[in-house]
Amino acid sequence: MSSLVLNDDQSMFRDAVKRFAVERMPVSQMRKLRDSNDPVGFSRDVWKEMAGMGWAGVLVPQEFGGVGFGYMGAGLIAEEIGRNLSATPLLSSAVLGVTALLEGGSDAHKQELLGEIASGALLLALATDERGRHAPYSVATRATGAAGEFKLNGNKSHVLDGHVADRLIVSARTSNDVESRDGITLFLVDPQAAGVTVARTSIVDSRNAAAVELHDVIVSSDDIVGCLDKGSSVLDAVLDAGRVVLAAELLGIAQEAFERTLTYLREREQFGVKIGSFQALQHRAAHLFCEIELTRSVVVRALQALDATQANASTLVCLAKARASEVARLATNEAVQMHGGIGMTDDFDIGFFMKRARAAAETFGDAYYHTDRFAQLSGY
Amino acid sequence: MSAQLEIAADESLEAFRRSTHAWLEANCPPEMREPVVEDADVCWGGRRFHFKNQAQRIWLERMAQRGWTVPEWPKQYGGGELSKEAGRVLREEMAQLHCRAPLTSFGISMLGPALLKYGNEAQQQEHIPKIVRGEIRWCQGYSEPGAGSDLASLKTRAEDRGDHYLVNGSKIWTSYGDKADWIFCLVRTDFSGKKQDGISFLLFDMESPGVTTRPIRLISGYSPFTQTFFDNVKVPKDNLLGELNKGWTIAKYLLTHERSMIGGMGLELRSNGSQSLGQLAVKTIGLSSGRLAESALRTDIARYEMDAQAFALTMARVAAEAKAGNETGAMSSMLKYYGTELNKRRAELTMSVGGTDSLKFGDEGEAAPMWLRTRANSIEGGTSEVQLNIIAKNVLRLPGN
Repeated sequence: MSSLVLNDDQSMFRDAVKRFAVERMPVSQMRKLRDSNDPVGFSRDVWKEMAGMGWAGVLVPQEFGGVGFGYMGAGLIAEEIGRNLSATPLLSSAVLGVTALLEGGSDAHKQELLGEIASGALLLALATDERGRHAPYSVATRATGAAGEFKLNGNKSHVLDGHVADRLIVSARTSNDVESRDGITLFLVDPQAAGVTVARTSIVDSRNAAAVELHDVIVSSDDIVGCLDKGSSVLDAVLDAGRVVLAAELLGIAQEAFERTLTYLREREQFGVKIGSFQALQHRAAHLFCEIELTRSVVVRALQALDATQANASTLVCLAKARASEVARLATNEAVQMHGGIGMTDDFDIGFFMKRARAAAETFGDAYYHTDRFAQLSGY
Repeated sequence: MSAQLEIAADESLEAFRRSTHAWLEANCPPEMREPVVEDADVCWGGRRFHFKNQAQRIWLERMAQRGWTVPEWPKQYGGGELSKEAGRVLREEMAQLHCRAPLTSFGISMLGPALLKYGNEAQQQEHIPKIVRGEIRWCQGYSEPGAGSDLASLKTRAEDRGDHYLVNGSKIWTSYGDKADWIFCLVRTDFSGKKQDGISFLLFDMESPGVTTRPIRLISGYSPFTQTFFDNVKVPKDNLLGELNKGWTIAKYLLTHERSMIGGMGLELRSNGSQSLGQLAVKTIGLSSGRLAESALRTDIARYEMDAQAFALTMARVAAEAKAGNETGAMSSMLKYYGTELNKRRAELTMSVGGTDSLKFGDEGEAAPMWLRTRANSIEGGTSEVQLNIIAKNVLRLPGN
């Protein structure tokens, strides 16, 4: 079992990401993107720079042009993204897209796409959700056909970075009932293809999501990622990858919101004293500190477990995503409350953290979902 | 070069592991490899200790002979003088063979580290070997009826009478005060200045004239604590640990050890019972469509198990940080606070899972006395609220009042 403390290489990597995030994609950049109604929703230049440092290919093995730093590497980037609320396609393309190809892509897919993703030239997006509450196997989108050709029909929601993606990975039902884990197949779909409509959705964290409509979209068996009817085994791995990276981002959000709040508690005066001297606030801050420390332990462990493809990795991912969602909720709510009135204003940044924490928590299962899944995986 | 050194160290560590395994196999009596089920199975040592059986005595003697009751302490006082890594190997091998701890004592877990850090040569020579061999059982004289969370306001006084101190006052919550041979005790030697600056750290024999103890009966039915009274107790001046009026520093150092111990205690308890709370609930309540039949209880159990796992991982992470040479002293309050609150949650959920069956008290009772006992976890060794104060002040650097 790896140590739960970062080694020298990992520490150096984290420091490099930290510096870059603060300089090139701070909270103010996200605010600017929002205020200017930017059609892309992130800076393509910054993503190119990140790709130049190997981060777009963080999960891509070296043989395909990536750096192969694994989920631990992706998690370290995501934590800094959380601290700075940086808008990037790391999750959608470099994590979800790459994991799907690594788990289920054909050799041709890998050759064609992985290097392009790692270089930052190509963006992928995962189109699987069909309803608000996370239910990964609730797939009503149908793929019908024969002789190696399929027609896709259905609607997908909350497709992260869907409006700028060059390829979509779409889950569709090829057999069985709407709620069944069996009978799902994943397809690579060109959003330019006839019958595909992509519409950007405006969501609370000012980040990118889209609704995708599929109407008689033609795909072939060459476009299948994984195996026919057995797409869930790839989907499970893709979702776990997304969950653990979101957990790392949520950890960064919680930590940053907490540190900003501590600074405020040390500076703000009321009744002639610093408000941080009030025990009512001190105890809440101290409790939150403990919760964040425990969250750090489980996030690191879950990242390691995925990298080592451990048998209990899914349970650890549940633990990490549930805890990170809940603790980021607590940290950002406490942050707004302890900042008082100013925390409610749009001019002040702290509210952004609360919005992003909510969006990241709802994505791929919140604390309720993963607590339930944890219990199921534990046999009760 | 350094890689080679590491490999060499690894190899000698592996050799140590093999020889240790063989020695434990040959020397640990079979009875000492059975799980601890009652208090009498724990060897506390001391002048008046009754060994439960011959095996318990032999196991203590054999381990003490090698200094392995305190594997990392210096050889000159009877310790094993093992490196941290070798100490870990010893513990791992003991765990693998299910060897019981040969000796459990406050001398080892609390006083020893303070003696090694603050004691003079004579004091170390006098006291440490007896701790190592389990000959003297120590108790802790900290809290007083009027000094609980506000420990530094203690009033037990030690007056300078030339060749000795004259001690008067009383202590409360003395763990096993009626079974201990010696006490390490905080006393006031100066009433004039700041309360922390007039405290000294004394060691004395519980058989000294003027020392009496009275057991305190708890809500759990147990009486592990006493109130301890000092009526003109003469303590030789050589028994002052550290400098006069500098006892508070030693007290705090020792409390850090105690906190880690109490925070970790629950962990042992939780991992000892090989059965998770979820498994216990499945056995007791049953499943319905693959889920625990009571959904609200199921959620609370899952939340507890998740937090407990996160806590265990955090204990491991703090240990790894310490090994990597990073500062972790401030973490002891976090571990104490969170670990004891988790313990309490587990005990409450265990009661809920059993329902009226868990109410049994007296000889048959298990869950209820445990539930009641755990209430003290967040009080003893500094309350949860005191731990939060310490975190706010020392870790978060929030302003004082």
